[in-house]
Amino acid sequence: MNKQLIYGLLLSVLMVIAPHVIHLPLWVSALSACLLAWPAYLAARGEPLPSHWLLIAISIAATGGILIEYHSLFGREAGVTLLIVLSTLKLMELKTKRDAMALIYLCCFIIITNFLYSQSLVTGLYMLACLLIISQVWVQLHMYPGPFKTRLKIACTLLLQAIPLTVILFVLFPRLPGPLWGLPQDAFSRSGLDDMMSPGSLGRLALSDAVAFRVAYPGPPPRRDQMYWRGPVLWNFDGRTWTQGKSVQIFSAQLSDTTQPISYNVTLEADNKIWLFALDMPDSLSIPYRRMNDAQLLNPEPVTTRLRYQARSYLSYHANLLESAAQLQRALQLPAGFNPKARRLAANWRANGSDSRIISSALGFFNRQNFHYTLDAPPLGLNGIDDFLFTTRAGFCEHYASGFVFLMRAAGIPARVVTGYQGGEYNAFGNYYIVRQSDAHAWAEVWLQDRGWLRIDPTAAIAPERVEQNLSAALPDNTVLPFMARNPPQWLRELSLNWDAISYQWNSFVIGYDNERQFAFMNRLGLASVRWQALSMMTGIALIIGLFALYMLRHLISLKQDKTQAAWLKFCRKLARSGLPRLPYEGPQAYAIRVCIARPDLAVSIKTIANRYIALRYGIPQPENTQRDFLQLVAQFRSSAN
Amino acid sequence: MRSALKLRLSKWLFRPKIEHGSIVLTQRRIFILPTRQGLALVLLLIVMLLGDINYSLSLGYMLTFLLAMMSVLSMLHAFRNLAQLEISAGRVEPVFSGETARFLLHFNSKIPRYQLVLQGRDSVCFDLPAGRNSEIIYPALATKRGRLSAGRLTLYTEFPLGLFHAWCYLHFDTWALIYPNPCASAPLPIGETPDSTGKRSVTGDDDFAGLRNYVSGDALPRIAWKAYARGHALQVKQFATQLGEEIVLRLTDAPEPGLEGKLSRMTRWVLDAERQGLRYGLNLPDSELNAGNGTAHRDECLRRLALYGLSDASPNPP
Repeated sequence: MNKQLIYGLLLSVLMVIAPHVIHLPLWVSALSACLLAWPAYLAARGEPLPSHWLLIAISIAATGGILIEYHSLFGREAGVTLLIVLSTLKLMELKTKRDAMALIYLCCFIIITNFLYSQSLVTGLYMLACLLIISQVWVQLHMYPGPFKTRLKIACTLLLQAIPLTVILFVLFPRLPGPLWGLPQDAFSRSGLDDMMSPGSLGRLALSDAVAFRVAYPGPPPRRDQMYWRGPVLWNFDGRTWTQGKSVQIFSAQLSDTTQPISYNVTLEADNKIWLFALDMPDSLSIPYRRMNDAQLLNPEPVTTRLRYQARSYLSYHANLLESAAQLQRALQLPAGFNPKARRLAANWRANGSDSRIISSALGFFNRQNFHYTLDAPPLGLNGIDDFLFTTRAGFCEHYASGFVFLMRAAGIPARVVTGYQGGEYNAFGNYYIVRQSDAHAWAEVWLQDRGWLRIDPTAAIAPERVEQNLSAALPDNTVLPFMARNPPQWLRELSLNWDAISYQWNSFVIGYDNERQFAFMNRLGLASVRWQALSMMTGIALIIGLFALYMLRHLISLKQDKTQAAWLKFCRKLARSGLPRLPYEGPQAYAIRVCIARPDLAVSIKTIANRYIALRYGIPQPENTQRDFLQLVAQFRSSAN
Repeated sequence: MRSALKLRLSKWLFRPKIEHGSIVLTQRRIFILPTRQGLALVLLLIVMLLGDINYSLSLGYMLTFLLAMMSVLSMLHAFRNLAQLEISAGRVEPVFSGETARFLLHFNSKIPRYQLVLQGRDSVCFDLPAGRNSEIIYPALATKRGRLSAGRLTLYTEFPLGLFHAWCYLHFDTWALIYPNPCASAPLPIGETPDSTGKRSVTGDDDFAGLRNYVSGDALPRIAWKAYARGHALQVKQFATQLGEEIVLRLTDAPEPGLEGKLSRMTRWVLDAERQGLRYGLNLPDSELNAGNGTAHRDECLRRLALYGLSDASPNPP
């Protein structure tokens, strides 16, 4: 096999597996690098490929390694790793054209596996570049070792011609709602809020720049301190960790006295979780969902693709005024025996007065007692709440929410922890808000007679900047935060927001183009039935291919024939009919001489026509009427005149 | 049963049509079918599409469609690689049986074409430049004397991606003249000829008698190259024995038992007689050639030997 071809294939494999290195186990990356370097070295030295047995041994060892690493050969991670190892091993047994074709197909397949991890615009462009390199090698495989420029030109032509056709197919190809079979558990694992909260769990999320969702408000946006995005609601406390517990579904959620309605569009990133985030207090969503008694909105299945929905909320409301006794009982449950100091404090407040007095004393306690808002909270002991409230007095929002709800419950006020996101960053270029994982937040809800569930954010009492501005304003300057949660210079921020605006468009129009959006788009185009959709797809494809064919064959098919030539051919046909066809090797002169001898009766007109033809076609430019005369002569010529 | 039907169908569909002059590959002459690798790609694309649907990969859809459309377009490119190509058969030099006949084909193309393969028993692979007449030689091994036809050749291409096999058939009425294979060296039948004036040894032929001026058709070995190199005009050496010396090569004089063996011996005689500058005639049961000398005479002799006893009907397929 040609050395240049081997290098081309090597480059293709390298390019398609490079993005995978981030999540591959180290030993697989190292093995792949070795398996890429080895054939490159052999090709450079002109040495033969290693023996078959060695390759089999390596592949068995690698498969064993993958089996140990992932406990399976299937599923996303293991499957992708197996494919990568296979492709690098295939490089070592390139013998025939068929091997090279198999490797090219493998490369194309590995490109697709990259999209399981990222479908960003950058990934898309990078993969287009990969495809160009692959098709260049592909063309080379079926060409003489011609110049690189010619090969690249042919590959480019193919790719560029395929792009308009691809756009038509992308828009019109009938989409099926996935998935066809159960997705493996590890198909989409992303970080996000969970159904439990323990000290430090939200702090970890705060270190992530990843986008949780984006929100566009068609009307004026709410105030910043009203942007509470409701997520998992946690009821059970075991002394350290808050969990959902078992819900007692007696009453469905009720909202009353609702005012300040607001509608908005949410584009939720895939997080493999079931919560659909909406502003407090959500009323309804445009997609199918399940609403829990505590106003959690749940998707029927984990969100594995970007999801768009329209939501409606009320910023002012009374929630569950008639809460069931069982639920209120749940909202008072505390693990027995722990945190005696906090219990004593709450009992003191209880003795002193009403519910609202207790709440304000609790918030005042946080406010006055020199609490710190920090990401690196010191570790807490067995009596975690006591340690936090009376000793360390430093923590992140989950510490405050947890401490506050504990105090409430200890004082006899039903309370629960609500987690979600707070705030968001406005993107002026796309006129929407970006909510990142670093905006994750936890707050409390207490149930009061005549008021229902009331949101209280103890964090706002310690660090109002967190709620009014953002995380970096609330945290000490030396805190290590993800890039976008800090305050980067203006131009960098603008650049980044610009880029996010482009990504947002990309995500909503390209990546988010699923069967529902297609259906909506087709309705707008008036192609409501799938039959029309398929028909217009076929027509479009055929039309464009036809245009390409016309363009590509334009040098070959002369649609417009020279009039002189046409007349001459007509003359020849006339003679042929009387048994004197022009022989393939005869020029006009030789033909005329032969025909004149055979048909002396026509000699004069034949000679005239032949001479005029020769003059018109091969001579100096003739006056205009010469051609007209010639055409007329041919038209009048009769071979059967005798 | 099915395969027999298929064979008959393909025989009828691709029935040979022998052509002369030049042919232009119009769309009716060009056949296109996917290759094995093309079918494999279809399989791959289906798997990819299932993956796209299952994981809702928009970019995956895009890649799948891009690959599919590239392969569809590669069919167009394969067609274009053959379309409107003008081909005519050129002359073929006669060769001896056992040698390789070189069939010359003229290709005329307006656009550059890549990786065309001309396939009969052998195959030749070539590219064509744009706007030029290119000559491609198709070699065919000659195994029998007589006329050798190139037979039906297939011109195919799998350019650019190897997914489609586009082909057409070329069956020109051109043939190569194949002389009999000359046997290993054998003495000329001199002395046994009744026309000779008595017994002479072959060595006597070398008695140098003088020089005369060159006349076109003189045997090349007889030219006095040394004199020519000295600046004299082109002259021919004359030998005493040659004057008035003629031999007639008769089929019946050849000692071999079979006809082919006899013709093989005769071929050797013709070649040797020409090399030695003798005047020689040919006597075959069905034709006779007067004594003569020179390449044209030799070629005529060889032609008669090649075609002796063969009908004028169609030339041998390779």
